[in-house]
Amino acid sequence: MRLMAPTPAVTRGVARTLTYLSLVVASVVVLLPLAVVFLTSLKTSEEMADDSGALSLPGDLLNLHNYVTAFQDGRMLMAIGNTAFILLFAITGTVIIGSMAAYAIDRFTFRFRKLVVALFLFATLVPGVTTQVATFQIVNGFGMFDSRWAPIMLYTGTDIVSIYIFLQFVRSIPISLDESARLDGANAFTIYRKIIFPLLKPAIATVVMVKGIAVYNDFYIPFLYMPSKDLGVISTSLFRFKGPFDAHWEVISAGAVLVILPTLIVFLFLQRYIYNGFVRGATK
Amino acid sequence: MTHTTRTEKAARSPAAAPPQDAGTSRPPRKVRVWRRVTPWLFLAAPLALLVTFTYAPVANMVAYSFTDWDGVSPELHYTGVENYVDIFTRAELFQVFLVSGYYLAASVVQIGLALYFATILSFNVRFRNFFKGVLFFPYLINGVAIGFVFLYFFQDGGTLDSLLSLFGHDSDRAWLGTSTSANVSLAGVSVWRYMGLNFVLFLGAIQSIPGELYEAAELDGANRWQQFRYIIAPGIRPVIGLTVILSISGSLAVFEIPYIMTGGATGTETFVIQTVKLAFQFNKTGLASAAAVVLLLIILAVTWVQRRLVPDDKVDLV
Repeated sequence: MRLMAPTPAVTRGVARTLTYLSLVVASVVVLLPLAVVFLTSLKTSEEMADDSGALSLPGDLLNLHNYVTAFQDGRMLMAIGNTAFILLFAITGTVIIGSMAAYAIDRFTFRFRKLVVALFLFATLVPGVTTQVATFQIVNGFGMFDSRWAPIMLYTGTDIVSIYIFLQFVRSIPISLDESARLDGANAFTIYRKIIFPLLKPAIATVVMVKGIAVYNDFYIPFLYMPSKDLGVISTSLFRFKGPFDAHWEVISAGAVLVILPTLIVFLFLQRYIYNGFVRGATK
Repeated sequence: MTHTTRTEKAARSPAAAPPQDAGTSRPPRKVRVWRRVTPWLFLAAPLALLVTFTYAPVANMVAYSFTDWDGVSPELHYTGVENYVDIFTRAELFQVFLVSGYYLAASVVQIGLALYFATILSFNVRFRNFFKGVLFFPYLINGVAIGFVFLYFFQDGGTLDSLLSLFGHDSDRAWLGTSTSANVSLAGVSVWRYMGLNFVLFLGAIQSIPGELYEAAELDGANRWQQFRYIIAPGIRPVIGLTVILSISGSLAVFEIPYIMTGGATGTETFVIQTVKLAFQFNKTGLASAAAVVLLLIILAVTWVQRRLVPDDKVDLV
């Protein structure tokens, strides 16, 4: 009806342009803050002091001096060690606990089974952050406060999402496998160890990845339970940059880049699995 | 804990194995007892951990909330509902709920953006994987690193100021200086961080909608908006419902970003920061417990309402 109605092709073209424009803007919004921090990490303290602003390029693109400072004075080696220790035990624990619970829930009928399931289900609704006031007293009671066992036990013991992921996989393993093994004289434990557990590999990979990233990034639990300087993990050690390097943004930036880099590498290599893992973890 | 279960199991299993082939008609007593015990052996460690680190704390927390306990001394007095009255009547304690409002508003923006990007990236777009990766990546970044990245971003003469002066707008505004500006900035960081998760969830849901539906719609002359309105939106309703709950409980339980960036200063204190401070700095375990109970009840109520409004058959576990 309008006089100069745009042809469909023009409308399409405009819509396409706007679509790409919005994607580019979003990418800039995501990447710019990170890129600036990366540039800052390569600057010298003199460059920081002159008035060139945050967006200026560093004079020497290979100036790794701040990284050395961050790594050594920020005690990053110790942080990596502590994080690795916690990761190893927490992930092993989660895989064992989660797969055992899933096996028991899916493969057995027993009294109170519904109640057990309900207990696990309800626990997902209790946000961990709220209960720490009281959890603290329990952890303290076990004498685990200010030791690496506090986060290990908490990560292992409060991960219901992993149980769900295992449950989905156990359910997809045909029961006939269990039955034929049982006819061969295998008991429940042998079935779990020799049949179910090896077939859970994809689920284990998912849990290791999702859990690994969650533990690596967690700040709250180590911050509350491991105040000692010697027990710093990646997050808490980086947090402690705030005091000593207060005005030295170039060093803080280097520390932040050091922490982000491993995540970026893992993400680039495992992209597809990571999407699936997080979707599965979030939707349970 | 795991170890005891395993050794116990290994020690007993030889006894259980032989009678199994004997019981063709009706298994002997020993086997039947054994069968009944087996699932509990597998559940012993998971249940012990669940009770110790989830249910015992909840129960203790409720108990502490009616006392004036300081978390250390052996003495504590029953004070009835005094802590609860405090939370709802003392303005400085109640104020943290208002801060949640900023994050709640931010999550509306966040869900909108995530829906938009999930929709356009579900169609054929060049560099799709690149854009998908860029939008999702912030979700994976360490919270402390994000805190520092954005402290520098909002700093005087930092990324944002430099960017604005590039466009000829010189501002010497302290972005984290006033309560409103600081909360809006922090909520913005929260959108930056979490939008990617919502986006990937939505994208996954959209891509599981059968492709023929779009083709049929296109044949019928439906445009993109109509495709979104009548095919995509109804198809991903359960995921949107889930995201809404996660966002509401997330907005109430904000801790990391404001704690790292401002430490709760200039009116950015959230519920969890306040609770942590009450419990671990001011030794008011009783009051902090009451606050935590209130938060827990709110989150449970929200979940309950959501389950009633959007009955989701997928939630069923068994």
